[in-house]
Amino acid sequence: MRKKSYRLDEKGLDALIAHLREQGYQVYGPKVEDAALHWRPITGCADLPRGWTQELAPGRARLEPDNSAALFHHWTCAEGLKAVLHLPLVRIMAARRDNGWFRILDNPPPAARCAFVGVRPCDLAALAVLDRVLLGDRYADDIYRARRQGAFLIAIHCQRSAPTCFCASMGSGPRARSGFDIALSEFAEGDAPEYFAEAGSPAGMDLLEACGAAPAPPDWSRAVEEGCARAAAAQTRRLDAHAAPQLIDALFDSPHWDHVAKRCLACGNCTSVCPTCFCVNYEDRTSIDGREAERWRLWDSCFTQSFTYIHGGSVRSSVKARYRHWLSHKLGRWQAQFGTPGCTGCGRCIVWCPVGIDITEEFRQLQLSAAAAASFATKD
Amino acid sequence: MSTAASAAPPATRPVMEPVPVRVTSVSKETHDTFTLTVAPPPGDPVSAFEPGQFSMLYVYGVGELPISISGDPAVRESLTYTIRSVGQVTYQLVTRQPGDFIGVRGPFGSSWPLKEARGKSVLIVAGGIGLAPLRPAIYSILRHRGDYNRLVILYGSRSPRDLLYRKEFAAWGLLPDTQALSTVDYGGVTWRGHVGVVTTLFRLVRMQPKETVAMICGPEIMMRYAARELEARGLPPEQIHLSMERNMKCGAGFCGHCQMGPYFVCKHGPVFSYPEIKPYLDLYEL
Ligand SMILES: Cc1cc2nc3c(=O)[nH]c(=O)nc-3n(C[C@H](O)[C@H](O)[C@H](O)COP(=O)(O)OP(=O)(O)OC[C@H]3O[C@@H](n4cnc5c(N)ncnc54)[C@H](O)[C@@H]3O)c2cc1C
Ligand code: SF4
Ligand code: FES
Repeated sequence: MRKKSYRLDEKGLDALIAHLREQGYQVYGPKVEDAALHWRPITGCADLPRGWTQELAPGRARLEPDNSAALFHHWTCAEGLKAVLHLPLVRIMAARRDNGWFRILDNPPPAARCAFVGVRPCDLAALAVLDRVLLGDRYADDIYRARRQGAFLIAIHCQRSAPTCFCASMGSGPRARSGFDIALSEFAEGDAPEYFAEAGSPAGMDLLEACGAAPAPPDWSRAVEEGCARAAAAQTRRLDAHAAPQLIDALFDSPHWDHVAKRCLACGNCTSVCPTCFCVNYEDRTSIDGREAERWRLWDSCFTQSFTYIHGGSVRSSVKARYRHWLSHKLGRWQAQFGTPGCTGCGRCIVWCPVGIDITEEFRQLQLSAAAAASFATKD
Repeated sequence: MSTAASAAPPATRPVMEPVPVRVTSVSKETHDTFTLTVAPPPGDPVSAFEPGQFSMLYVYGVGELPISISGDPAVRESLTYTIRSVGQVTYQLVTRQPGDFIGVRGPFGSSWPLKEARGKSVLIVAGGIGLAPLRPAIYSILRHRGDYNRLVILYGSRSPRDLLYRKEFAAWGLLPDTQALSTVDYGGVTWRGHVGVVTTLFRLVRMQPKETVAMICGPEIMMRYAARELEARGLPPEQIHLSMERNMKCGAGFCGHCQMGPYFVCKHGPVFSYPEIKPYLDLYEL
């Protein structure tokens, strides 16, 4: 496809959203609700968080007033796109009982054509990870597929990063390279923001053309590259996921897991906000007369005691074992299973952990503990 | 079977959707274990299984569980399960009556290495309910008896009253080139057989270790000791296989519950070769 880029103002962005809505899309964007940002249906730029930025730190997420006309002076919604595409709660089966026999009722997946405005590069990368997990194996998840297939993605490159971001070291941001229909960059120095819009798919280009977007000035592309490079350079956190697969087994007995376990509450916040954590559970519900039964699928967390329950007890009953499983899977084993780490560097688990446990710091400490064990062994 | 062609199974049934099947018989094996047979729709893929695979069994409105298939893989008209009643869902399963309906999904998972074992002797090591997932392998070997050398079946259970398939087991032991030995942890006054854990039977086995394939299923600790001991007795590790149990909610790789180290036990297992699983067997709370 020809790489084409355009210039949009806020009206142009509104026109994009309106076009998508006319085409039958439910358009989602970051919206302020309950003092945080969430993916919510939007009808135009007026629903986007103008006047707000975020303060993000370990164990701390605050919306802060922002003195600019920008619509995207924030980073991440509390949840990833999985909140809309890999539904937190969905009925997977309905059955009815007649004379001892039961019949499976029609239960089409809740299909919706979803469009997203303002997807961060780390969250785009997370979507590629979820695609691999839920669609790329022996069985495909029908519910995810029905929603994912038609999704239209408008990304936004990050020209600033939050203190908790570490996408640069994970290779997933702050500039999106693929996986979008349109990617925006925001310029908001003046009173009215302007957008550099790159088409990433034929559908994206058609939409930009349909909205009558003008070609972008020639120097904008460089400015975006530079802005993203500055954002990358400003990141202080980093994570060396390439080292993880070889290390994970050797780390099993590291004393550092005990240090984490002393702080970890096993609350599961990290798995809820992680854009790639996909684990689910299934629950049965029955009508009071027993004539109708349903199975519901709901997000689950490997931090719960019951997650590994088999008759006689849970395999991972200590908090230490549960944190160890989570980190080992996310950073190491995921790569063997799916060819990619399960982490994209969005920093959500650091932000939303009530006690501020920091995956980058914990992994660094684990690497150090492994190095210390290795040098001890050679001295012997 | 004449009806197989007439009722074509649905081309694509969502993997999470159970097939309603009629329970055709429920028979008592021991005080807490029952064998259930169900009649799947003729020709339905739900009944085409390899020994060692499992189904997800659904009790209407109650719940769903992984249960190994314990019947003969050559018989497509019925599916057989042997279930120990230990809790809510297994209790509901074993108290079904003929004519009742349950739901079945699957079959899922890997199977016993019956092809690789051709031309060799087979050593079956079972503990408790672990004999159930091994029985289809025994049926398959007996059906193609000429393809295999000796067949040795070692079976340990807690007490004489916990022994499964007693008549069948005795009959296996009378077949040529076949040894079937059982042992119990506590014998009581009337028990004349072996007492001790199943690995104590190894010294009674006549076989050529290098030419033997072992298939083990039982409590994890028993499998760990059995595999270790068989390796020490000269069985090449890649000829030792065992079947793991983990929490399984989907059977299809979606729910994440069954993970064990690098594996999803539902899709990479439940049957693993010893070299695949050995590094993870000894890791407490992995
Ligand atoms: C691959 C495989 C094959 C098996 N084959 C057999 C077999 O042939 N015969 C047999 O008797 N048993 C078998 N089991 C074990 C059987 O699934 C458990 O005994 C059963 O899940 C216990 O559930 P319960 O409700 O009766 O009892 P409880 O132990 O009281 O369980 C309470 C609840 O915990 C959950 N739970 C417990 N164990 C599991 C599990 N393994 N996976 C998911 N959820 C669980 C369920 O929601 C269950 O209702 C097998 C297990 C696996 C993984
Ligand atoms: S992690 Fe990177 S892509 Fe994600 S919000 Fe931060 S800077 Fe943007
Ligand atoms: S049982 Fe759900 S992933 Fe294995």
